[in-house]
Amino acid sequence: MLPAGPVSAQVDLAGTWVRSSQSDNGAAREQNDLLGIPLSADGRAKALSYDIASLSATERQCQMYPPFYAITGPFPLQISIEQDPITQRLLGWKIAGWGDRDVTMIWMDGRPHPSQYAPHSHGGFTTGTWEGDTLTAVTTHFKMGDIKRHRAFSSDRATLTYRFNRHGDLLTVTGILEDPVYLAEPYVLTEIFRLTANPNNFPLTACEPIEELPRLHENPALVLHYLPGKQPFVNEATEHYNIPLEAVQGGPETIYPEYRKKLKDKYVQPPPVTRGRGAQPPQQ
Amino acid sequence: MSRAPIPIAAIAGLMALALAGRVDAQRGGGRGQPPPPPVPRAAAPIDLTGYWVSIVTQDWRWRMVTPAKGDFQGFQLTPEAVKIADAWDPAKDEAAGEQCRSYGAPGLMSVPGRLHITWQDDNTLKIETDAGTQTRLFHFGDYKTPANTPRTWQGVSLAQWQMPRGNMPLIFRPADRAAGDAPAVRPGGGSLRVVTTNLRPGYLRKNGVPYSENAVLTEHWDLYKRPNGEEWLTITTQVEDPQSLRTPKLIAPVFKKEPNGAKWDPTPCSSRW
Repeated sequence: MLPAGPVSAQVDLAGTWVRSSQSDNGAAREQNDLLGIPLSADGRAKALSYDIASLSATERQCQMYPPFYAITGPFPLQISIEQDPITQRLLGWKIAGWGDRDVTMIWMDGRPHPSQYAPHSHGGFTTGTWEGDTLTAVTTHFKMGDIKRHRAFSSDRATLTYRFNRHGDLLTVTGILEDPVYLAEPYVLTEIFRLTANPNNFPLTACEPIEELPRLHENPALVLHYLPGKQPFVNEATEHYNIPLEAVQGGPETIYPEYRKKLKDKYVQPPPVTRGRGAQPPQQ
Repeated sequence: MSRAPIPIAAIAGLMALALAGRVDAQRGGGRGQPPPPPVPRAAAPIDLTGYWVSIVTQDWRWRMVTPAKGDFQGFQLTPEAVKIADAWDPAKDEAAGEQCRSYGAPGLMSVPGRLHITWQDDNTLKIETDAGTQTRLFHFGDYKTPANTPRTWQGVSLAQWQMPRGNMPLIFRPADRAAGDAPAVRPGGGSLRVVTTNLRPGYLRKNGVPYSENAVLTEHWDLYKRPNGEEWLTITTQVEDPQSLRTPKLIAPVFKKEPNGAKWDPTPCSSRW
């Protein structure tokens, strides 16, 4: 039962928030699963050239994911308030880093974003404003990186806008990623987090590269990749789910309802699933 | 830099002014009853009316096509619900006239399609979908569900505005910015909370993942107007149904506003596609 009159929303974002929605943000088994990503032609070419084994190169083992990983990654958000030590006024909100995601500091004190020529980092530079009870934050100056499932990328010219909406013990984060290089339209994902008193975070730790793939260490000049048309896993998702390849490879057209009309005569429902049916317990 | 002490007399004066203001407010002008609160339509902190299109960037494989029978990844089902999902038979649903099972309120906002939102009257917001040609009615105020109301696909939805605060608490208010800079706190915000019950049992996913008639659907509708003029809608959705779900189902589908209904495309319910 709801009270008849209007009520006020909550604005305190501090605390540890456990990832709670059950979407496919971070999940995929097939390397060429680009479903629902509004990639540009360049974005698709970049995705198809990528060999995940390149992460085993010494210089890449400790690189961090771009800020979008706050939405697609597996860990809780640990948010705290940063206050001016003299006035106690709000300077910013800090989202603690994880082992492979940099700290995000959302500056609220009006400082400008750096020059477009300023160095880029994995975490980027973020400023925020309140719009009513909603925190809106904009991140720029982050390096090129993997935005979903080790399959697609954003460039160093991308911008990420976050919206933080708190509803009781739930925090909904909407991320709008725009990239003039690898995306044809904004890529919008949401994630819902639940406030917890029993956090189980994965803190930032020092990363030490090790020898993961001997062939990379034996030949340091090797740059793992696939040439155009040579991606060996390109048909994997189509074989598993009967979804036409043109849809599996993403693109702006594929994210709108009318695209279903193009699929209707091409799609045949796969046979019943007997393994990997889901029902995995949620992360705690 | 030292800070000048604030005279006690000045503090006392400010408190007296504040108290005087509160007393005046309680008098209500001293001329009879205070004015009635505005009707929900007039009180709306956000304008949801218009045409909206689903943006299917999440769960594409389960929303844009009918997935394989038995594919219930993303759900924490009870054994009872697994049995129902494993027995899914779209032909049987069609024969029973129940081809709208996957268009009930708990799953409807995840079905790819368009919304047309209008005010039916001052207390009722109407949400129509072209996919499945369904209509949801959000009742504001002290709406009472009539006795013996039959269960339906869309159930009974009670709605409430979540109003933006008049004043951000001081601890969360950034320091004042220089003249000419964008303000740290802009007006806006507010959202819509909706609780839906009295549902007819249906499917959360087209391939027969069930919810029971005891399911409770709680939604928060949040609007975002971007500087470039685009409007986006995020619907935080929680389905609680211990009969079918071991943990509540949480998702937040996204919609984008369209300028008109040119792409509105009513299609009947389908149990297969």
